[in-house]
Amino acid sequence: MSDKTVTIEINGMPVDATAGQMLIEVTDREDAYVPRFCYHKKLSVAANCRMCLVEVENAPKPLPACATPVMEGMKVFTHSNAAIEAQKATMEFLLINHPLDCPICDQGGECELQDLAMGFGRNVSRYTERKRVVKDKNLGSLVSTDMTRCIHCTRCVRFGQEVAGIQELGTTGRSEDMEIGTYIERSVDHELSGNIIDLCPVGALNDKPYRYSARAWEMLAKPLVSPHDCAGSNLFGHVLRGRLKRIVPRDNESINETWIADRDRFSYEGIYADDRLTAPMLKVKGDWLEVSWSRAISEARDVLRTSVGDDGNRLGVLVSPSSTVEEMYLLNRITRHIGSNNIDHRLRMRDFRDQDADPVWPALGMPIAALEELDGVLIVGSNLRREVPIVAHRIRKAAIQGASVGFVNPSAYEYHFPCAAYVEAPVQLLSQSLASVLVAAIEMDGGKASEAVRLGIDIAGINESHRAAAQVLLGKKQALLLLGQITLRHPRFADVRAIAAALCEVTGAKLGYLPEGANAAGGALSGVLPHRGPGGQVARTVGLNASEMLTDPRQAYLLYGLEPEHDFSNATLVTQALTAADTVVCFSSYMTDALLEYADVLLPIATFAETAGTFINVEGVWQSFDAAAKVLGNAREGWRVLRVLGNELDLPACEYRTTADICDALAAELGNQDLDTSYKGRFKPTLEEADIDILALDVPMYAIDAIVRRGSALQETAAARESKSI
Amino acid sequence: MSKGALSEQVCREIDHWVAKFPKGRQRSAVISALQAVQHENQGFLTQDLMDAVAEHLDLPPIQVYEVATFYSMFETDPVGRHCISVCTNISCMLCGSTEIVAYLEKKLDVKLGESTEDGKFYLKQEEECLAACCGAPMMMVNHDYHENLTPQKIDEILEELD
Ligand code: SF4
Ligand code: FES
Ligand code: FES
Repeated sequence: MSDKTVTIEINGMPVDATAGQMLIEVTDREDAYVPRFCYHKKLSVAANCRMCLVEVENAPKPLPACATPVMEGMKVFTHSNAAIEAQKATMEFLLINHPLDCPICDQGGECELQDLAMGFGRNVSRYTERKRVVKDKNLGSLVSTDMTRCIHCTRCVRFGQEVAGIQELGTTGRSEDMEIGTYIERSVDHELSGNIIDLCPVGALNDKPYRYSARAWEMLAKPLVSPHDCAGSNLFGHVLRGRLKRIVPRDNESINETWIADRDRFSYEGIYADDRLTAPMLKVKGDWLEVSWSRAISEARDVLRTSVGDDGNRLGVLVSPSSTVEEMYLLNRITRHIGSNNIDHRLRMRDFRDQDADPVWPALGMPIAALEELDGVLIVGSNLRREVPIVAHRIRKAAIQGASVGFVNPSAYEYHFPCAAYVEAPVQLLSQSLASVLVAAIEMDGGKASEAVRLGIDIAGINESHRAAAQVLLGKKQALLLLGQITLRHPRFADVRAIAAALCEVTGAKLGYLPEGANAAGGALSGVLPHRGPGGQVARTVGLNASEMLTDPRQAYLLYGLEPEHDFSNATLVTQALTAADTVVCFSSYMTDALLEYADVLLPIATFAETAGTFINVEGVWQSFDAAAKVLGNAREGWRVLRVLGNELDLPACEYRTTADICDALAAELGNQDLDTSYKGRFKPTLEEADIDILALDVPMYAIDAIVRRGSALQETAAARESKSI
Repeated sequence: MSKGALSEQVCREIDHWVAKFPKGRQRSAVISALQAVQHENQGFLTQDLMDAVAEHLDLPPIQVYEVATFYSMFETDPVGRHCISVCTNISCMLCGSTEIVAYLEKKLDVKLGESTEDGKFYLKQEEECLAACCGAPMMMVNHDYHENLTPQKIDEILEELD
């Protein structure tokens, strides 16, 4: 497309436009409303609904604004009689076969067809013949269908082809018999597939779990941030009388564009799971009693004081990486106040040998949107689509625009884009495989790398795949080496990272991380680490990390937002340690049999949608949100409980009144952060084989945290069933 | 479905068509591929065959189903051995195709769109003008054109088929 500017006239107003731009982009920019169904700014132009017809001077008939490129001197009328007449005629045709069942349709009130029928439809139908009926399709547990309502705009089909990268839906049959479907019965399984619900302009594709449970106009839309991965997708929670009814995307071009992962959309069911903990509970002589908040908190204070005594080191604090910044900062303060440095949020990590060289926060090293501009990406140890679907989507876009994208992975996970290199790296040998890529890169770079970069590695058996992977990064203007969650959880993580850093040095690529949880960055920055305080200040005494707290059991534990048997690398070890401890104080949203077994105090806390808070995403953006839904039962927002506990423990300067106060306090401690997140360590890797199984490292997409595990619709998807059957 | 469902002959024919299009545009060869497959499979497609075509062309299966269900020249259900398509478009209709269809329906004891019980004849529902208006009314039997039809002529034509 040329960048030539042309001047056109819209409804008599002269405006500038770029030659070749479609008319609808210009009318949208100028706020000259043009009705549409098939056009969507993120999809290709199909021009099949004809709703966007406008009058163009000297054109013999109305033209579709979505498929008409602007030309110098073009005079466009969006509201002239001819335009309106054409739009009305289109509307009449579209309604011929539409069932007009708005009173029983979930889309009612937010339906593009309904809106446009109001604006452009006749109030009485002239059509007296029989309407067609289309059989509904079973697309799985997430998307409901009422296919008679479909107007064949093909947005859902184009989404599959262009955004998901795998076409699951298609148009079968022709003319009167044309249908949207999968032809043979099958579910739509892509991790972004829920977005077709928003794309569908009518009520043909809808949110299945939400079906018939509220009306669009009764609900309030409250901004939220995704609690499941480090992208920090922006969401709206739709709330009816305090209850979260559904989640839809909130546009943010720089993070999630207009998409969200199915995990973000459907996990909210977990908030209302049967085993929600809704009242503070206390174990008294082996029996559980519901108690008042004041009793529960003072009891928590007492048991902590008694079992810790004057040796803070007896306490271990384990925190979910999806807790808010405010919660984490208070936990950090309370822990240090008690005299312990044993605090960590890196629950599924196994190798902490080189933790001193960790960046201030595990960062992507660039904005998420900038991923699209990369020309080389090497992904090491990551089931990317399932770990962070939004990041995978950006990388797919880069690949389609010509970037070389390669993988060093234990398995060839399915990616719907051209893959420039794939090094099959059995998990046991991840460091060796990456070292081979390093050696290949040094060789291909002319062998001028320094001794230090060579890391003393000497490997035979370099093959084409290693060279191809090196080529992904070599000689690129903007390249990224991305360490995924399989790498982060790997028992030889330090080795892999040191090699990755050397590879970055040879190739000039950046090093990025994809940590788990919604707020690993917040955890690191607020000091939920045994070796660092807020903002990366080096701790005077290094405490025990998440793994050491279990191998070297503590007398007392404080657990925050976890289900220990699912959220740790080693479930047996954690259960043993907690069962043996004198005291276990649990802040939890759920009451599980396991917690009842080893806990002494259960403090019910709000989930992500019921609390105010802040998440810091992988690019370092702080995103604050307010509570959207009412907290269930007698549970409370975590930060409030922590503040009161802080007061009870005589924590100085703990008079925070809002979450903003807490953020301000943390920000003051952080001062001006050094945002350089590159690797400066000097770790000397060895290439030992790791004794580990891939199933232990690749946590399934719908098992990642307590809320997702309780999302019943997600648990019925093919992806969840498949991972359970292994 | 494995590639095995396609015969070597058909695979060769498909590849011949694929080679005519730019690299990466093998989707353009779907119609020709399905024609070859249908021809070899007694005039109809099965899901297994369509899946095999999709796999051979490295396309999502739905893109093959779309084409197969769109074009009236593809059958996605089993049909009789001999395919009879009577043109019912405007010229033929004016010249009496309605009677021709009625005659055939009665003679074969099937309705338009059905196959005879013995699996010998398939009376296809034709959608478009078959481009032989000058000889209307006309029909196509197994790709052969027969023009200026009369009931007697129809009897003779069908007699010839085994
Ligand atoms: S189902 Fe919805 S999105 Fe898909 S073609 Fe029909 S109307 Fe469009
Ligand atoms: S929006 Fe232009 S034709 Fe559908
Ligand atoms: S109308 Fe029958 S051949 Fe043209």
